[in-house]
Amino acid sequence: MSVKHGLLALLERGSRYGYQLRAEFEHTTGGTWPLNIGQVYTTLARLERDGLVRPLPESDGGQRPYEITDTGRVELTLWFATPISQADRPRDELAIKLALALTTPGVDVHSVVQIQRTATMRTLQEYTRLKARAEDPGDLAWRLVLEAMVFQAEAEVRWLDHCESSLARYAATPLSSAATGSDLAEKARASQTAAYGADPGGPPR
Amino acid sequence: MSVLELRDVYRTHGKGDTAVHALRGVTMTVAPGEFVAVMGPSGSGKSTLLNLAGGLDAPTRGDVVVEGSVLGDLHRRQLAALRRRRVGYVFQDLNLLPSLTAAENVALPLELDGMRLRRTRDLALAALEEVGLVDLAARFPDEMSGGQQQRVAIARALVGDRRLVLADEPTGALDSQTGEAVLKLLRARVDAGAAGVLVTHEARHAAWADRVIFLRDGQIVDTSGPLDQPEDLLGGFPEVHA
Repeated sequence: MSVKHGLLALLERGSRYGYQLRAEFEHTTGGTWPLNIGQVYTTLARLERDGLVRPLPESDGGQRPYEITDTGRVELTLWFATPISQADRPRDELAIKLALALTTPGVDVHSVVQIQRTATMRTLQEYTRLKARAEDPGDLAWRLVLEAMVFQAEAEVRWLDHCESSLARYAATPLSSAATGSDLAEKARASQTAAYGADPGGPPR
Repeated sequence: MSVLELRDVYRTHGKGDTAVHALRGVTMTVAPGEFVAVMGPSGSGKSTLLNLAGGLDAPTRGDVVVEGSVLGDLHRRQLAALRRRRVGYVFQDLNLLPSLTAAENVALPLELDGMRLRRTRDLALAALEEVGLVDLAARFPDEMSGGQQQRVAIARALVGDRRLVLADEPTGALDSQTGEAVLKLLRARVDAGAAGVLVTHEARHAAWADRVIFLRDGQIVDTSGPLDQPEDLLGGFPEVHA
């Protein structure tokens, strides 16, 4: 998601000025997505340019509130109605790191997996502690955000477990020689062929 | 004093070439108020560890100590008494007796221990209260949902003064909300002073623990606890055995 749509959603509740938007954005995401005020104002400027919000007269305190326009509402409705595409998410650095670890001589892949799993497990414990404290019905939005992170972290641990068992199963197969291509995709494919070539089922993803 | 201590514990099944080494030199302690999760692939020794901790199985080498008693030094009858009085078990198979009500199921371990009927009833109701099921005390297992039955099994594991609670995949067939409620109950019991050990393959459930131990091939390969441990402040990596 973008900050843009987050701000539009907050403005749908009523007009707001910059500091209010920042505070409410961080409250909704439980502080897991900090925004600086500069980001809020540049995003508002872009939204205004695109006709999605409009500024209102300044208040006595010198604050300039913004309100959402009809075009903004259409954009927001579309955003809620459209599923997030996998391709819109940032590249998975961890997967790339493991692929590189597997094909770089002298790297202990087991320890890369284990160090990552310990770290992810700690994060998961931390989210769970936060969740245990968010029992109030008013905390539902925050708890759902937390749970999304919980499930993502869990998926990562499961994937790391899977990597570990794959490594154990293919430990007998030599890996190294294929890692010469400079292109990462080529490297990953090559290493998969080297490491998992004997398995018609293909490599783990 | 720790509630549970494993000292360089080995468990080998069979002999010679066909021997299976279920545990190989496991050392761990669980203090009162501490909740430890044990994770690891199938066959890594998780359930063996739990069975040894609860005195259901004996180590080939090393000691299992529960509240200061070395289990291997106890006579069979002493061991059985310790299991009934000090240790609570929650398994994926609930093992509730279908012909007994919820309250009777919960009271059973105490009755087997020779406690007076009236007292067992009071303690059973208190344990059912703790899991929020006191209203269903007179129901039979088949008159309850899966989640309710699991809570009865937990009440049975907690009834009386059990300081060590052992759970093996206690959320097995439950949906995510009900499973989470089970973990909250275990967590609350531990926060009230018990020691808890949870075997699970679900990281999401293990995350309720204070410490997570990973087993592979019968050995502890790493442990993740909260970040404020002194060894973490020194910036050291967890000990890793390839």
